Amino acid sequence: MSTSLPVVNEPATGGCTDAPVLRERGQREVFCGLTGIVWLHRKMQDAFFLVVGSRTCAHLLQSAAGVMIFAEPRFATAILQDRDLAGMADCNAELDRVVAELLARRPEITTLFRVGACPSEVIKLDLHTAAQRLDRENFPRVRVLSYSGSGIETTFTQGEDQCLKAMVPHLPAATDGQRRLMVVGTLADVIEDQFSRLFSQLGIGPVSYFPARRASDLPPVGPGTQLLLAQPFVGETVRALQARGATLLQAPYPLGADGTTRWLAAAAAAWDVPAEHFRRVTEPAQTRAATALQRYRGALEGKRIFFFPDSQLELPLARFLSRECGMQLVEVGTPYLDRLLTESELALLPAGTMLSEGQDVEKQLARCEAQHPDLTVCGLGLANPLEARGLRTKWSIELVFSPIQGYDQAGDLAELFVRPLDRSARLTV
Amino acid sequence: MQLTLWTYEGPPHVGAMRIATSMRHVHYVLHAPQGDTYADLLFTMIERQDKRPPVTYTTFQARDLGGDTANIVTRAVQDAVDRFAPKALLVGESCTAELIQDNPGSLAMGMNLGLPIIPLELPSYSKKENWGAAETFYQLVRTLLLERSKAREPRPGRDGRRPRVNLLGGTILGFRCRDDIAEVTKLLASLGVDVHVSAPLGAEPDDLRRLPDADANVCLYPEIALTTCSWLQRTFDMPTISTVPIGVGATRDFIAEVGRVLAIDVSGVLGGETLGAASLGSSQSRMPWYSRSVDATYLTGKRVFIFGDGTHVVAAARIASEELGFKVVGLGTYSREMARDVKACAEKYGVTALITDDYLDVERTVAELQVELVLGTQMERHIAKRLGVPCSVISTPIHVQDVPARYSPQMGFEGANVIFDAWVHPLMMGLEEHLLQMFREDFEFGDGASPSHLHSVAPAKPEGPASAMVSESHGPAITPVVSEPAPVSVQSPTATTVAEASGAQHETPSVAPTWSVDGEKELSKIPFFVRGKARRNTEKYAAAQGIDVITTETLYEAKAHYGR
Repeated sequence: MSTSLPVVNEPATGGCTDAPVLRERGQREVFCGLTGIVWLHRKMQDAFFLVVGSRTCAHLLQSAAGVMIFAEPRFATAILQDRDLAGMADCNAELDRVVAELLARRPEITTLFRVGACPSEVIKLDLHTAAQRLDRENFPRVRVLSYSGSGIETTFTQGEDQCLKAMVPHLPAATDGQRRLMVVGTLADVIEDQFSRLFSQLGIGPVSYFPARRASDLPPVGPGTQLLLAQPFVGETVRALQARGATLLQAPYPLGADGTTRWLAAAAAAWDVPAEHFRRVTEPAQTRAATALQRYRGALEGKRIFFFPDSQLELPLARFLSRECGMQLVEVGTPYLDRLLTESELALLPAGTMLSEGQDVEKQLARCEAQHPDLTVCGLGLANPLEARGLRTKWSIELVFSPIQGYDQAGDLAELFVRPLDRSARLTV
Repeated sequence: MQLTLWTYEGPPHVGAMRIATSMRHVHYVLHAPQGDTYADLLFTMIERQDKRPPVTYTTFQARDLGGDTANIVTRAVQDAVDRFAPKALLVGESCTAELIQDNPGSLAMGMNLGLPIIPLELPSYSKKENWGAAETFYQLVRTLLLERSKAREPRPGRDGRRPRVNLLGGTILGFRCRDDIAEVTKLLASLGVDVHVSAPLGAEPDDLRRLPDADANVCLYPEIALTTCSWLQRTFDMPTISTVPIGVGATRDFIAEVGRVLAIDVSGVLGGETLGAASLGSSQSRMPWYSRSVDATYLTGKRVFIFGDGTHVVAAARIASEELGFKVVGLGTYSREMARDVKACAEKYGVTALITDDYLDVERTVAELQVELVLGTQMERHIAKRLGVPCSVISTPIHVQDVPARYSPQMGFEGANVIFDAWVHPLMMGLEEHLLQMFREDFEFGDGASPSHLHSVAPAKPEGPASAMVSESHGPAITPVVSEPAPVSVQSPTATTVAEASGAQHETPSVAPTWSVDGEKELSKIPFFVRGKARRNTEKYAAAQGIDVITTETLYEAKAHYGR
């Protein structure tokens, strides 16, 4: 591989901007939006998530959350029971009781999210109005917000989008028109710190992260706010922020060295950072990332990869793996395709990439088996069965829960894809 | 509305999935929204199944709700039948679909698919996983035996053939079912009894049709199989063998019951079992001798708390008390269906049964009871870890660690061996416990010292399949943990009490006795695993005697008063 640095403004060859997309409808092997709570409650340490749903919701959360992490979590489920379904008046009183119980137990909580789930949506339990009432009663000690993480409306990472969107109306207004950067989408704390250092060296600021480490630290928004997206699943949040005057910076996501450079460059352009300064600041990190990637490229180059839809990270990951690791994309599935969020990614995908949206899992499994890719990215329910059919797999959920963004994680990200191949090469049993 | 942090059981449709997944040629169409497919990972990750569960989800969305969700059901049913060609089809709904009342079971029945359809009505808002599994198994058996149940056939005689029984209740995601079935099969073979059908685990629909051709049913796990066994008994006059052979005593009782029910001579096997004999040859299990060997003396009277499903709790209480010489100080179950049995068992050991599915109740109880060993589920393992108490897992809900690669039954004589090891290893070994008591101040015997045969520091190893993502964190303990207050001013030569030294609690002088610095220091010489009990006893004694300040003297007076 050449050691030259990626050129930021290199035109994409072909791209998938207008490529046909296979749209499928059928059984989906994807989590619902409640799953976002698993990382959101860790990210925002003063927030509590109360799911209003069924035993299934509680069971999903504990199964998805590493099958059981037994610290007292900052989330819980108010399980609807027969008597709640009998009369609606009861439900609100019951919920008030449950919330009071929770707030008494957890005095450190400053923000309580009441999270709608499928059953509460179907019986049309109005969590929003109830949350507004509770908010009036408990603010400023506790802010009470609501959103839906139900499977009938949201898929896996969309839960975060709904959560952030619920916070948008409460962000303080930045009326001074000052240019400020807001990074949208949960990032690991360590990565936030890395990016903060880079932004500061580039002279980009003030910078805020949304969500912040404390739910009560709400970043200001207004005309002049420039949105840089850290995650490809915050579409509705972006639209709500745009409605409050913010401007979206189009960029690919900060996965891989090239992705990170393009991502930073979008902000740098908005701040009129001179090209030479940009190069000087990012060059050492780009070089480190190139060195780290070099180690893994050999194992991935030419290998064929298949993505089942899961986290919405599929497009940026596919772009990273094809452009920076030399992998061939067999099929790139995504739960839904939001063009506002994926414009820059689509442009960077190799022309002719097979894109699919939604899922009919049986048909997709048949395509996958027929193609027999070297590596398949899929959810936990599919991984072992595919392994048993001779396919090497990577759990997509691990990519959501691992720090993978930025220059200094580019090598780690590649390594996550190398590991299943490496393991398979080592084993003789 | 019930506030839940963690749940012992999943919803009832997960119970139905366990039945479908345990069997061959059975498929389950589940009317459910996106997200409910999470349950697949229980099977593929926890139980490490190499196939997907045989479940088709309809995956309806909000935008379908106004329209024709019923159409989505019939399409999913047709696709599943075409693609998987099952010999029996379960059709049901998850919690959300229950609310939209499409009646998928009836829809499927109306499709004339030419195979047995079992419509499942599993009320999600009142019932739970084990109930769902039991009900599904029962409905499946009943539907497949519908014709035979009407025929009122007479019980066939044995006609010189070997006696044979069905083993009922083993499931995927049950606790060690795979190995229990193998062990019980071996045990029965030694009695000259064949296993006719083992179900649901390993069976197919045609096997269920053959159930009445056995001489009796062994109800291995009442949570799952009791309803079915009772129905078979009522309908086909099949006797139920109901002793669950977990533990040496229960295994002996099981053999005796098999002999009685099948009218066969089991003295050949039972005769080799000598009750109360202290030798290696006194049983087919090593457990009786190990338990009687002097090395096990240190187990005597250890305070154990037992929690789990009904079957394993009742069995564990007997083993703990009669076979290992522990003292059962508390027990309970999350299984309301088994509450009566567990309450009766608790009565036998002079304790009150804790019937709850709130793990905070359990944690509070474990803390209050000052136990030395917890026998529980994965929930209790975490509770015990937080309270610094050894624990062994005896029951579902299971974890990837409860599906070991090695042969590891709970039932039969080999099961008793496995249990001896699993329960005793987390404890301090005999002489080590003595050394720790004698040389308490050895710098290597810190309070964090764990048994030397275990890892000295609990390794931060991944806890489960997905747990690499979220590390196990030690959040704030939420219960009145029997915490050791920091040794306040231990070096201080003054005779001030700890309370004075820390300037606390002036307003409650005589209610809670305070510890003198001497007394606290002496207490700290007591090994950490019994220190909580010593503290509690001493404080109780001091309060009873009207002693305000606990000195070294008080500590030893209390010791004399209470004994060990």
